[in-house]
Parts: sequence; C-alpha cells; structure tokens
Amino acid sequence: MTKQNNGVREIAYPGQILGSSKEYLASHGTYIDEQGNIVSKYLGILSISGNYISVIPLSGVYVPKPGDHIIGIVTEVEKVGWVVDINSPWLAFLSLSEGVDEFVDLKRVLLNRYYDEGDVIYAQVLSAKKGDIQLSMKGPSFKKLKGGVLVKVTPSKVPRVIGKEGSMINLIKEKTRTIIRVGQNGLVWISGEKVDKAIMTIKRIDEKSHVYGLTEEITKMLSE
Amino acid sequence: MGKIKGIELLKNGKRLDGRMPLEMREIEMKVGVIPNANGSAMVRFGKTIAVAAVYGPRLLLPKHLQENDRAVVQCRYNMAPFSTDERVKPGPTRREIEISKVIRQAVEPVLFLENYPKTTIDIFIEILQADGSTRVTSINATSLALADAGVPMKDLVVALSGGKINGTLILDLNGLEDNNSEADMPVAFTANKKEITLLQMDGELTKEEIKKLLKEIFTAGEKIYQMQIKALKDRYSE
Repeated sequence: MTKQNNGVREIAYPGQILGSSKEYLASHGTYIDEQGNIVSKYLGILSISGNYISVIPLSGVYVPKPGDHIIGIVTEVEKVGWVVDINSPWLAFLSLSEGVDEFVDLKRVLLNRYYDEGDVIYAQVLSAKKGDIQLSMKGPSFKKLKGGVLVKVTPSKVPRVIGKEGSMINLIKEKTRTIIRVGQNGLVWISGEKVDKAIMTIKRIDEKSHVYGLTEEITKMLSE
Repeated sequence: MGKIKGIELLKNGKRLDGRMPLEMREIEMKVGVIPNANGSAMVRFGKTIAVAAVYGPRLLLPKHLQENDRAVVQCRYNMAPFSTDERVKPGPTRREIEISKVIRQAVEPVLFLENYPKTTIDIFIEILQADGSTRVTSINATSLALADAGVPMKDLVVALSGGKINGTLILDLNGLEDNNSEADMPVAFTANKKEITLLQMDGELTKEEIKKLLKEIFTAGEKIYQMQIKALKDRYSE
C-alpha cells in the first residue's frame, strides 16, 4: 500500500477504506465503520507502521491535549491569571499558582509585572476539557520568551519540523545559528543570527512535508 | 411542458446543448482557491460555477449560540449579483436562505463535530455563474472545501441533479431545462455508503421513475466522486 508515486507520499482522502480492522489497528486520523473497515477521517499522508494505520492530516486546527508543550501569546491579564491565545479555536487560561513560583501578594502586586499583554510564553497544557483549557508553567523549560520572531506552521506538521529525534530542527539551529523553540500548537519561536533563513526553511518544510527527500532538500537549502 | 418559445428541449433523443439524456456537463474541480480560508474549492458544472470557503473550527460568538458538546455548522449560500441574466438583488432572499439550510443539512451528517465543542465551522458559498443545479454544485464544492480545511469527515458528499423532459429521465439539468422540465430532483449522498443527505423534488415523478432516476444518479455520482478524489490529490501533487 505504501507505494511511491512521483516522489509524493501516498495521500489518503476522507472516506477512503484503508484496511480491515481484523488485520490492522486503527491509529489516529482514522475510524472504524460498521463493517469493520478502517476509514480515513482526513485528507492527509497515509502511514502504516507495524500493524497500525494512521493518517496525518495536511491541514487543520490545533486541538489541545494534556501534556502538550505549546507557545502562546498573552492576550489579557486578569485578577488571578492570564488569558492566552494558543493558536487553537479556544483561548487558554494560565492561573497565577501555575504561572509563578513565588508567593504573590495580590493586594500589592499587579500581575502584568510577570506576564503582560503581548508576551510570548512557553507552557504546558495541564487539562483540556470541552473547550476549557488550563495551562501550567511549572518545570524548568517553561518561561517567557523574550525577543525573537513567531512563525506559524500547520499543527499536524510539527513532528516534521522537529524531525526524527530533533534531527531537522538541530540542523536548522546549527546552520543558521539561531535558538528555535517549537510549540506543538504550530507556533515556532526563532531568535538569533540568520532568522530570515530559518523562517524560510521552516515555511518550506510546512509546504513540502508530503514530498519524499525533504531532509536532503533542506540540507541543500541551508548550505547555500 | 418540455417546450419553450417553440424550441423543443429534447430533439431526436438529444438535449439542447447536444448532450444525451443521461450525460453530464463538463465538470471542473479545483481545491485551495482562497488562500485566506482554512479550506476552499471551486466546482464548475458547465456554466454553473460555485466557490466554497470553509473557516474554522473557530470559537463561536455570541456565546449563547455555542453548543457545549459539539461544533455548530453555519452556512451561507449567496448568488453574486452578476450570476444570472437578470441582476440578482444582493442580500439573502427566501430561496437563498433555504438553500443555505439544505446544504448545511447535506454535509453535517459526515462531520465529526463532537471533537470541537463551543466552536463553529463557517461555510461560505458564492455562486459566480448560475446555469441550473447550483445547489448540487455547491454541495460538491463544500465537500471538497471541508476536506481541504482538515475537518474530520466520515466520507465525502457527492451531489447530482436529475429530472424529466417529455417523459425522458435526464441528469445534470442546466438553467433552461431546470425552468421548463416536468420534474427536477437534486440529490446528495455520502460517497461510500450511498446514504442520502439531500433529496428534493419539484414537479411530478412516479414511484418507478424516482427509483430509476436515483439509480442513474448513484451510477453517475461515482464519476463525480472520482473527480473529487482527483481534485483533492492534485492539491498536493507537485
């Protein structure tokens, strides 16, 4: 089934029957119909690994899952926390206790001294139920991102931007001498020397994620 | 019936535009025509052109319209003022509101809406040229635009119109046939399961004729389905 045609990965369309649930296991991007067939839910790249069939969508919005590491923009400072835009259909909330480690006397301190409107933060999804999303910044890697540029990519293509065990992102970091942080919600934060080139490369990956030989093309592009 | 200004709609077994009774017009489909939309598609059936754009899922406001356990589908079908011979007054008419509703109902059953509570999926359809069968053209365009937007779907929706002139069953009516036929029946169905999501009829058909016409529509629909698949794959073949 994983045949190669014209250098483009095999594309599945919604409603395409991919196999029987007796032979394979349905992974993400698929569902099992009444007859026991595994059917694609998305227009996306078909991947069969082991006996798992999955379809990686080529477009779509970000749906938060607990544990995701994301990049967000603070849109509002409230009394006991912050409202954060996380590039998904819903706004997220970062509460004071999850956002700041130290004791805060609310009578004396204004919260915008920690995070103000427009600040970019790297955080974790704590819970996501029925459109109510709570964030947390407990942990060493979660912090406010100062300076830099934000780039949007398709959320489902984030694994491609990172590459196998970070191979792709490390390559870009090294060649362009930049610091890059990728949120699973499709926002990428870049800061450093050749920011333009890094942005161009990441946009290229977003456009060409369905083509074979992407790593070679990106290596070539970066060494120019 | 079957005659306008002395012109016969069906002559020697051929229709006005030279088609056979069960022949469809030239069909063209293109996905990803509007860069700003999450998903978009253009579908042309002969001289009828429909462009559909899908935005979302995105947060639905005002809040009282939100559903706590699923996304809401909002659909607007709009005819461009220049789409017909006589200028169409801008603004939703009774007909346009009705078609918006039936299009929404034709595509809603194939969507997995429960993944996106409190949100809306907005569908905007513009008819740039109208020459009969605009609602089925719109449904085909909507189906493609939804797939392009990355909205989870059970299946694609295929739509086609059928009708009757002088007792002969025909497929894919154009504007003249639409206005002067004995019956006209737009049908939309899910491509794999053949579950009907839209069935309307104007005029008169017997039980047998409906059965026969539905059969013909399902057969011809397979061709439209293959074209939809091709259009979707072409978006990413480079």
